[in-house]
Amino acid sequence: MIEAPAIEISDLTMAYGDFVIQRDLSFTVNKGDIFVIMGGNGCGKTTLMRALIGLQRPAMGTVLYGGEDFWGVFPAEQERLKRRLGIMFQGGALWSSLTLAENIALPLKEYTALSLGRIAELVSFKLALVGLAGFEDFYPAELSGGMKKRAGLARAMALDPDILIIDEPSSGLDPLTARRLDDLILELKDSLSTTVVIITHELASILGIGTNSVFLDAEARTMINTGDPREALRSGDPKVRRFLTRGAEA
Amino acid sequence: MTPAGADKQKEWRFKTRRSEDGALELLFSGRWRLDAGLPDPAQLLPEPGAGMRRLSFVTTGLVAWDSGFLVFLRVFLRRCREHGFEVDEKGLPAGVRHLLSMAAAVPEQKAARRQSGRRGLVFELGAATLAFFRGAPAMLHFLGEIILSLGRLFRGRARFRLSDLWWEIEEVGPRALAIVSVISFLVGLILAYLGADQLRLVGAQIFIADLVAIGMVREVGALMTGIIIAGRTGAAFAAQLGTMQVNEEIDAFRTLGISPVDFLVLPRMLALMLMVPILTLYAGFVGMLAGLLVSATIFDIGVFEYYTETLRALELKHFLVGLSKGSVYGAMVAYAGCLRGMQCGRSAESVGEAATSAVVTAILLITISASIMTIIYYRLGI
Repeated sequence: MIEAPAIEISDLTMAYGDFVIQRDLSFTVNKGDIFVIMGGNGCGKTTLMRALIGLQRPAMGTVLYGGEDFWGVFPAEQERLKRRLGIMFQGGALWSSLTLAENIALPLKEYTALSLGRIAELVSFKLALVGLAGFEDFYPAELSGGMKKRAGLARAMALDPDILIIDEPSSGLDPLTARRLDDLILELKDSLSTTVVIITHELASILGIGTNSVFLDAEARTMINTGDPREALRSGDPKVRRFLTRGAEA
Repeated sequence: MTPAGADKQKEWRFKTRRSEDGALELLFSGRWRLDAGLPDPAQLLPEPGAGMRRLSFVTTGLVAWDSGFLVFLRVFLRRCREHGFEVDEKGLPAGVRHLLSMAAAVPEQKAARRQSGRRGLVFELGAATLAFFRGAPAMLHFLGEIILSLGRLFRGRARFRLSDLWWEIEEVGPRALAIVSVISFLVGLILAYLGADQLRLVGAQIFIADLVAIGMVREVGALMTGIIIAGRTGAAFAAQLGTMQVNEEIDAFRTLGISPVDFLVLPRMLALMLMVPILTLYAGFVGMLAGLLVSATIFDIGVFEYYTETLRALELKHFLVGLSKGSVYGAMVAYAGCLRGMQCGRSAESVGEAATSAVVTAILLITISASIMTIIYYRLGI
């Protein structure tokens, strides 16, 4: 039996009222992919992400997780599918009234039967993975933007999700921390077979760790390229090549 | 060792054996996942046997693992090293070794750790008292900044946009009419009923008009308007400025050399100082209408009779007292709202705290200033 892909998008159109952001998107994210959603500012990357994670119903089309239609199932089923996802928002989206430890512990307390001691150990480990060991008792307001981002990733990883969806992981991070985060994403894919979807326009990450990609074009309001980003750099659409070379290949 | 009563599909397995080179081999097999009810690392710590100071791992039988295994190993390895074992991690899966080394790559910020534990009541009381007294200079400092800003306004050097002032005036004035109408009408109605009940005892129900007119115009209209505005507008000011504080918008003003007090506080202050007296007069008028309605329909007092008695009771001084109180309460609400907004922290939670604190501070200031003004007007015979 052929295993269903991690995510399958078919004929997806996203719109705000009559204003179409992106239309006719069809692509597949295979298990173990590091899939990059890329494109210029305002092309609809984050809107696509919102459609993937259940925050915005697409105007048309389907989003399948392991063959199950996310927008076509009952809300309880949607909740079950959502638990397979770990989501890191652009600014971290940490709950400001909770400490970092409490932020990461919350999904573990809600969805596992682990003891408080085991949860504390897991929290400490996840924070250590993102380079924030010792910051358990800090509140988000006491952290820098980059630290919030990393803590957001630690929260996204709390339940060892099958699919990790990450919005702009490297923007605003120093190069070493950005590299470290890329290494962590690679390691999660290799060791835990996590499928990773990254929304980004950071070229180093796209070309460094991306195994598959889709390029959304703001003018055409649809995708103009899919596949390995390194391949796109060599022989993809000229717009994509220009994007991936910072305009050098005009 | 295996978990007691475990589901075969989900179970983890652990064994030890002596290797040919004299090391103690730890054999991990089965499923080492969070949902497998993993053991406490302390349970599986090897006993330091004679000559067996080296530990190695055999994980060929490991079927599946996740963060649970990593966390188990992290604690287990630390304990083993603390017990003097020499640990050879080569037998662990490469992914496990990589992730463990990544977690250890950035040393823990021990200095960052907080002292946990509950503080006593005396400590909390002391901290609250200190915070209160430290807050007083900040309040005075902000008051000073507003006075300086007003000085710049009168010299024509304050930097703010007139359009902002008009927007604020519309927001705090006309848009508050509905709620002021409802509350003032009900308060006028309550005053009329209350007065009628007492005045009936001496057969002087016509004086309901005096009670409602003087009460609403001089005291209650201003007080109720002040409290409504504190809840409606003061909280909004604190939330707006607090959110700007979170978004670093106020810092941006400062770096441009533009006083945020001029640009943000002054229009709000002026709008409330202009609008609250007008709302106070309006509240008094609506309250009197409610009194008239109750008197005419319930207590059979003629409309003209009520009107004449109201005109006889009201003097210019009552209007002036009401207007002055309205102005002061408006200023207090604006001051409290803007102060708490400007003092807001950098999180969503602190915006909520700023809004709450703005309402509490405004009502406190209104009550204090109402008491002071009542005493002053009494002494002056107004």
